[in-house]
Amino acid sequence: MPALLQQLNADLSSIVEQARRGLVQVRSGRHGAGAGTVWHSEGLIITSAHVVSDDRVEVVLPQGPALEARLLARDVDRDVAALMVDATGLPTIPIGDSRRLRPGQMVLALGHPWGIRGAPTAGVVIGLRFEGSPATPSGREWIVASLHLRPGHSGGPLLDAHGRMIGINTMMNGPEVGVAVPVHVVKAFLREVLGPTSTG
Amino acid sequence: MADTLSSFSEALAATVETAGPGVVRVEARRRLPASGIVWSSEGIVVTAYHVVEQEDNIRIGLGDGEAVSATLVGRDPTTDVAVLRAQASDLPAPAWARIDDLRVGHLVLALGRPGQTVQATLGIVSALGESWHTPLGGRMDRYLQTDVTMYPGFSGGPLVDASGRVVGLNTTALLRGVSVTIPAPTLQRVVQGLLAYGKVRRGYLGVGSQPVRLSAALAQQIGQETALLVMSVEPGSPAEQAGLLLGDVIVAVAGEPVRHLDNLLAVLSGELAGKTVAVRLARGGQVQEITVTIGERA
Repeated sequence: MPALLQQLNADLSSIVEQARRGLVQVRSGRHGAGAGTVWHSEGLIITSAHVVSDDRVEVVLPQGPALEARLLARDVDRDVAALMVDATGLPTIPIGDSRRLRPGQMVLALGHPWGIRGAPTAGVVIGLRFEGSPATPSGREWIVASLHLRPGHSGGPLLDAHGRMIGINTMMNGPEVGVAVPVHVVKAFLREVLGPTSTG
Repeated sequence: MADTLSSFSEALAATVETAGPGVVRVEARRRLPASGIVWSSEGIVVTAYHVVEQEDNIRIGLGDGEAVSATLVGRDPTTDVAVLRAQASDLPAPAWARIDDLRVGHLVLALGRPGQTVQATLGIVSALGESWHTPLGGRMDRYLQTDVTMYPGFSGGPLVDASGRVVGLNTTALLRGVSVTIPAPTLQRVVQGLLAYGKVRRGYLGVGSQPVRLSAALAQQIGQETALLVMSVEPGSPAEQAGLLLGDVIVAVAGEPVRHLDNLLAVLSGELAGKTVAVRLARGGQVQEITVTIGERA
């Protein structure tokens, strides 16, 4: 059976390697850097609203160059923000179906916890919209997973076992509960603020 | 790409779906509801003692979304087990695993239903030991510790193995800071007692005591360093009827060494009520044995 675990490890590392290409750093205001996720190869970046605390926003691509970013829209309730950088041909992460998640499924979150670039954390889906927890705003859709999200993970992608993006990391709810905004909520946000054509 | 990981992920979700219908919501406190396990299809539900804070107006939330009222059959603080009877039939009772099939390192899932839907988290078996006694003197047939994170409302829910069979009932109340599972054989014993008597029968001796260090000579003769000094004997108690005296030092009961109060509570928590057993004691420096008919604690 060790071969099975080695195969799992190979799958995990290849998912991380692929997804890191679509992971950026977002610097804004006086807070430390958060994460961001390339949504569209022509420069659309998604991050958490709380990562963007200032009008001046800078995005650092995986290969290094820091680019001035334009804040397109920001929704504090859903904790999502859309940024635009002047770049083309950016690598993107395939988008999965966040409406079909089941408790127990494996997920991985990527970000820059405490400034460590591209660090993943893995866990399982606990449930969708953690009814049990008063700290999670009710009436909204969230993915709740057993993840060690830390400052710097916010705005990074949450991936399923196929390496598809199913959410944007938003917060921790206790040391061992990670919360993410489902990608279908991000799509709805983009439709509202950018119009139907921009969501791809 | 990632076929093994996605198969693994799907298997975990399928495991949750196998066991999920047998996990219910237990509303028996003002705070967040907790979880329970369907014990029998006729409406018996087992949960944790510490999540049942009220005897009336208990509600059970079922897997199909329905909520029914329930009554408290009985509960045992020493093992942290409570039994409820839901006003429902044809409940989906889960399949049970043999704890002997479990090994340290195995993947396990903790399930809960504090809300409408089943929730899950993954971990591994951290420790698997022999029988032990809880701080309140309850006897556990096996020590089973995992690294699963017990999220709010998960207490009373099942630990399930990789095939979705229930291994035991998770609780955070027995030991602080570790996830301990009450194993199936203990549940079986306690639930049967609660269904039959509404409580777990506990033996009663009728002495007040404190641990003392034995003299070097006695310690060597008996083979233990400490024992229990009798500080008081309740009038009319089994201890008085057997002739136990103030100043006696109890060193063993029913063949079990008594070094601390925990040992005495543990031996009394067994099935000794009504039985006549030997009590070994030191009196005036001499070791002797008397027989006591253990009573039952009211």
